[in-house]
Amino acid sequence: MITKLKITTFVAAGALALGAFAATPASAADSLTVVSWGGAYTKSQVEAYHKPFTKKTGIEILSENYSGGLAEVKAQVEAGSVKWDVVDVELSDAIRGCDEGLLEPIDPSILPPAPDGTPAEKDFIDGAITDCAVASIVWSTIYAYDKKQFKDGGPKTMADFFDLKKFPGKRGMRKTPKANLEMALAADGVPPSEVYDVLSTDAGIDRAFAKLDTIKDSVVWWEAGAQPPQLLADGEVAMTTAYNGRIFNAIAAEGKAFEIVWDAQVFDMDLFVIVKGAPNKKAALDFIAFATDTQRLADQAEWISYGPARKSSEPLIGKHAEAGIEMGPHMPTAADNFKTAIQNDFEFWADRQDELNNRFNSWLAN
Amino acid sequence: MSEQLTTVDGRPLKQALASAERTKRIRAVLLVMPLFIFIFVSFLYPIALMLYRSVENPLIAQHMPKTLATLEDWDGESIPDEETFAALAQDLVKARESREIGKVATRLNFETPGLRSVITGSARSAGRWEPPYKEKFLDRRKEWGELETWATIKRLGPTITTVNYLAAVDRQYNVDGEVVMVGEDYRIYVDLFMRTLWMSVVVTVSCLILGFPIAYMLASLPLRHSNLLMILVLLPFWTSLLVRTTSWIVLLQTQGVLNDLMVWSGIIDDAQRIQLIFNAQGTVIAMTQILLPFMVLPLYSVMKTIPPSYLRAAESLGAHRFLAFWRIYVPNTLPGVGAGCLLVFILAIGYYITPALVGGQDGQMISNMIAFHMQKSLNWGLAAALGGILLVGVIILYWLYNKLVGIDRLKLG
Repeated sequence: MITKLKITTFVAAGALALGAFAATPASAADSLTVVSWGGAYTKSQVEAYHKPFTKKTGIEILSENYSGGLAEVKAQVEAGSVKWDVVDVELSDAIRGCDEGLLEPIDPSILPPAPDGTPAEKDFIDGAITDCAVASIVWSTIYAYDKKQFKDGGPKTMADFFDLKKFPGKRGMRKTPKANLEMALAADGVPPSEVYDVLSTDAGIDRAFAKLDTIKDSVVWWEAGAQPPQLLADGEVAMTTAYNGRIFNAIAAEGKAFEIVWDAQVFDMDLFVIVKGAPNKKAALDFIAFATDTQRLADQAEWISYGPARKSSEPLIGKHAEAGIEMGPHMPTAADNFKTAIQNDFEFWADRQDELNNRFNSWLAN
Repeated sequence: MSEQLTTVDGRPLKQALASAERTKRIRAVLLVMPLFIFIFVSFLYPIALMLYRSVENPLIAQHMPKTLATLEDWDGESIPDEETFAALAQDLVKARESREIGKVATRLNFETPGLRSVITGSARSAGRWEPPYKEKFLDRRKEWGELETWATIKRLGPTITTVNYLAAVDRQYNVDGEVVMVGEDYRIYVDLFMRTLWMSVVVTVSCLILGFPIAYMLASLPLRHSNLLMILVLLPFWTSLLVRTTSWIVLLQTQGVLNDLMVWSGIIDDAQRIQLIFNAQGTVIAMTQILLPFMVLPLYSVMKTIPPSYLRAAESLGAHRFLAFWRIYVPNTLPGVGAGCLLVFILAIGYYITPALVGGQDGQMISNMIAFHMQKSLNWGLAAALGGILLVGVIILYWLYNKLVGIDRLKLG
């Protein structure tokens, strides 16, 4: 099994350079491959974007899942055998992929204006349109707990997450320094607006790791977005960081008694990009323009609690399509939730992620 | 003597034999050719490519040629002069136009964190600048006034580099070009290699201790019983690796079957559930179970060939049962032990999925780091270097085994 896996990797690596293995993709103009993160999130996209798009244009959409990162995009581009058209990526990957020439530039003029005529570039929130990418949602890393485990009142602030005395029990955290360092500093009393200033100094990094040290022995590390709701449901952890949409989905679709704590949420964007040399570039551009219009973004928010990247979509959001819950208050961007929000600083992470990943891994192992 | 032996049709026998042999050889070669080509394309070539990737470094030479040329005579003790800055401006603008600047920036950033934004930011501005450049660069980012920045660019100039291998053993060049350890908080790979070795040894020894009695029992039972038991060894072997790993999570997690049983029977208190998985010991437990068949099968096949009469002979000559077993039986199983251990150890040292799923924070192995650099950080050079070191390690072990035991004595079945 393992040998087989290894060989597959090698074959992949070999094919990459050879280009000989690369089967030419059948570039049927009437289909489009859209790659996203799977689970409840992909479902929201299929319902809000894919189905209406196919209905309107007749172009079939093949939905594929991946777990983030640019590795596969890079492999496809370097092998000259691009099979993916549109990919849903995080902001840091959208910028980095664009810098490294892995993505097609997207001309923002293809994006339709808001219903009231506001041009797209003004309608999208800050940073949502970049050279190669158009954002669809705002998502957030928050922490959540199971109300059943805290009958006398649960945690309220980020500091509570790091307070093992007041709220004993295991903690779930994503196995990466990103968002964890920000949360640690916020818990240590750094105001949200100053988090990255502090993190930019060596003393600040030490301070964040020192704060993480206080709960290190109680942490269960997760990697895939589907894990934290499971950890909570199994009672493996008392509280866990998670993507807000996944927790909401567990509440809405599975009736779990989870509660989200929005204090010091770290929010980020997901964007659509087109892989360089995509077989159906024209259709891909059409799809992105279609999917990120005002109505479509509002529609998606009725399937999962991620905020739309257009300001004009906000008033159009209604109730959850299946559970009938009013979606507005569950959005990361809702006023009550947004007070202490920290925006993920792409520049900071692009510069420091290799170094901080090393430090984080070294910290974990010792 | 003078008369030559010939075949019926008059050809010299020697020649006829040789040509018959040749056809046979050609046929043999043709028969193995598909396999050989397959192995070459899918195995040897990619490995060679991987090793090449671990030392190749074309980006800086390709996209910063002018800067590198002016840096040739740089003393390394003061900030370069205007001429270098002008060359830098040209290189950056050109690399930005060809959309390659991100690759250059990323490569430099692997070496000196923070340089990515220095490069991309300066490249964005440099297009609008008029000479002289030096002041403008220094104003834009203070990093241009640091020797380390320039030392990094110069160091990455050559198209063949050792920095990946240095990084893979927690080392780097300092400003003066000396090899030094990276900061204490950032060391990871040496410990990880050691831990990988150590965990593989533990898994191998556990497999041997558990597998030897099983194989012995299988080999000494009558065939109809042993066949049934053999199924028990083979069933898990045929079951998906992921399924088996996930079942261990179900069994061992703190709310899992084992902990539940211990709480129910009163061995431990509900508040003191034991952390059995998501750590090193969980990885060792799961890996031992998964690799056990690779130990049992070679052992069994070797034990099967040891005639029971040997033991009877030893006993009839007066040896105690135990002594006979230890002095006669065990040495005969050594080829199987060697094969099993080698197989399990080599599989264990490159294990990936199980540690990734149940390793938690201290049960990770070097292959998880390789996967991380392949998939997340996209530092394929470093991943290749880590893989290269692992490969050399395995080859050394194999060589050692050959020296000590002899590869011809290896019996897999």
